[in-house]
Amino acid sequence: MPKPGPSMPTEAPALQISKLQAWYGESHILHDVDLTVRRGEVVTLLGRNGAGRTTTLRAIMGLTGRRLGSIRIGGHEVVHLPVHKVAHHGVGYCPEERAIFASLSCEENLLLPPVLKTSGPAMSVQEIFDLFPNLAERRHSQGTRLSGGEQQMLAVARILRTGANLLLLDEISEGLAPVIVQALARMILMLKKKGYTIVMVEQNFRFAAPLADRFYVMEHGSIIEHFDANELQAKMPVLGSLLGI
Amino acid sequence: MTLFGVSAPALLSQLLLGLVNGSFYAILSLGLAVIFGLLNVVNFAHGAMFMLGAVLAFVGLDALGIGYWAMLVIAPLVVGVLGVALERAMLRFVYHLDHLYGMLLTLGITMVIEGLLRARYGVSGLPYPTPEALTGVLPLGFMVLPQYRVWVVVASLTACVATWYLIDRTRLGAYLRAGTENPRMVMAFGVNFPLMVTLTYGGGVALAAFAGVLAAPVMQVSPLMGQNLIIVVFAVVVIGGMGSILGSIVTGLALGVIEGMAKVFYPELSSTVVFVIMAIVLLMRPAGLFGKKK
Repeated sequence: MPKPGPSMPTEAPALQISKLQAWYGESHILHDVDLTVRRGEVVTLLGRNGAGRTTTLRAIMGLTGRRLGSIRIGGHEVVHLPVHKVAHHGVGYCPEERAIFASLSCEENLLLPPVLKTSGPAMSVQEIFDLFPNLAERRHSQGTRLSGGEQQMLAVARILRTGANLLLLDEISEGLAPVIVQALARMILMLKKKGYTIVMVEQNFRFAAPLADRFYVMEHGSIIEHFDANELQAKMPVLGSLLGI
Repeated sequence: MTLFGVSAPALLSQLLLGLVNGSFYAILSLGLAVIFGLLNVVNFAHGAMFMLGAVLAFVGLDALGIGYWAMLVIAPLVVGVLGVALERAMLRFVYHLDHLYGMLLTLGITMVIEGLLRARYGVSGLPYPTPEALTGVLPLGFMVLPQYRVWVVVASLTACVATWYLIDRTRLGAYLRAGTENPRMVMAFGVNFPLMVTLTYGGGVALAAFAGVLAAPVMQVSPLMGQNLIIVVFAVVVIGGMGSILGSIVTGLALGVIEGMAKVFYPELSSTVVFVIMAIVLLMRPAGLFGKKK
């Protein structure tokens, strides 16, 4: 098989993880995680708290401790790369804690992530403000003065500006009012239409279920199930016992 | 003319002296605060870097015939490069450890630098002339201001304000501020943060060397000159708090002036007044006047 290069980017999956193991210090968290996301897909990782979903996203970015196995982004192996080089393969990461910088204004937070070297078309600041009018209004406010919903929009918005086309979104609906959760759902659908590839970690099953093309279920740091959206109904009883929903 | 029972020219000349010292406090505490914010290292070597700037100015003139203005650029560059080398070779291994390790390491670096220069130049003050262009005085009518002292205040404050602008108003500064809060996240966005940390240390110590060259004509140039200053500067940083760049500048200047005034009104207190203020501030506002509570 020829080594996939930039000349044939559409043929490689957006994200291909195989036999991924990851540690935090001495704790072995991920055990042989295998996961493939095709271009333009929305994939959701389901599982209980502590199942390893957040760690999987963090491991992709290089934010865990030691890692073994393979992580290919658009065909490029990144498992050995330092943290600051991973994003330049076109990845945008929105962490669960949102990581809005308190000492920066809303606008500075938005403009902080550099536009990536190898990336798709980036959204302009105007497009982002059209999508999130609240952020335009609050552009000069200090990052932490924003409401939870505004902070979440900002955390997602700032990775759309970089031209990343693989988005890793960790619990973006967590702790937000239903009306904001609905707005986020519309945003995901819009991003999907624009061709973004999205990997979501979600506790809120009702939020994630109508958005995803495929689901992976994690437990004890391993993938234990995966299925397509059209199998969701059939899988509900299993999911019920696995996730307690 | 007298003010508060002291002749006005005497008061104003102490005020200017206070501002000169305050400028050094400001520029040094600023560098310390930026380095601490980003590297998590209490840079004890800051005084040695200040001293290196002054000694390099002396060596430049004495041995190589390089004048003041050229050394004002060259010395910070040389010390900046030295800082980059020290950061890469040693400091980066202590970031994740307790502050004590960084302090001990930089204290050790200080002793090596000071010891080497002491062996070569001794401890008595080395003479450094005021640059010719600034040997005059500015007549104000009722008193005269030595031009060089005015220049020191103007040059230091310009450097301080430029640093503040760089950190508070530019994109590079936004990376630095964000990195102070959450370096891993800044790296996850694709910013080569380790490189920025290295350059910040280089830049911080270059500022100290710049202050050292400024100080050469007004202080005794000696391998130990940094020691005397750095303790006061640490007190300034504690008083001002680590949170704010402008806070460092204001605190540095204010304490220089307070020290100068103490020399006029109660000379016995002049060398301890900064530490008395430090004790009071620590009791009332442990995070410092401009610091943010964690």
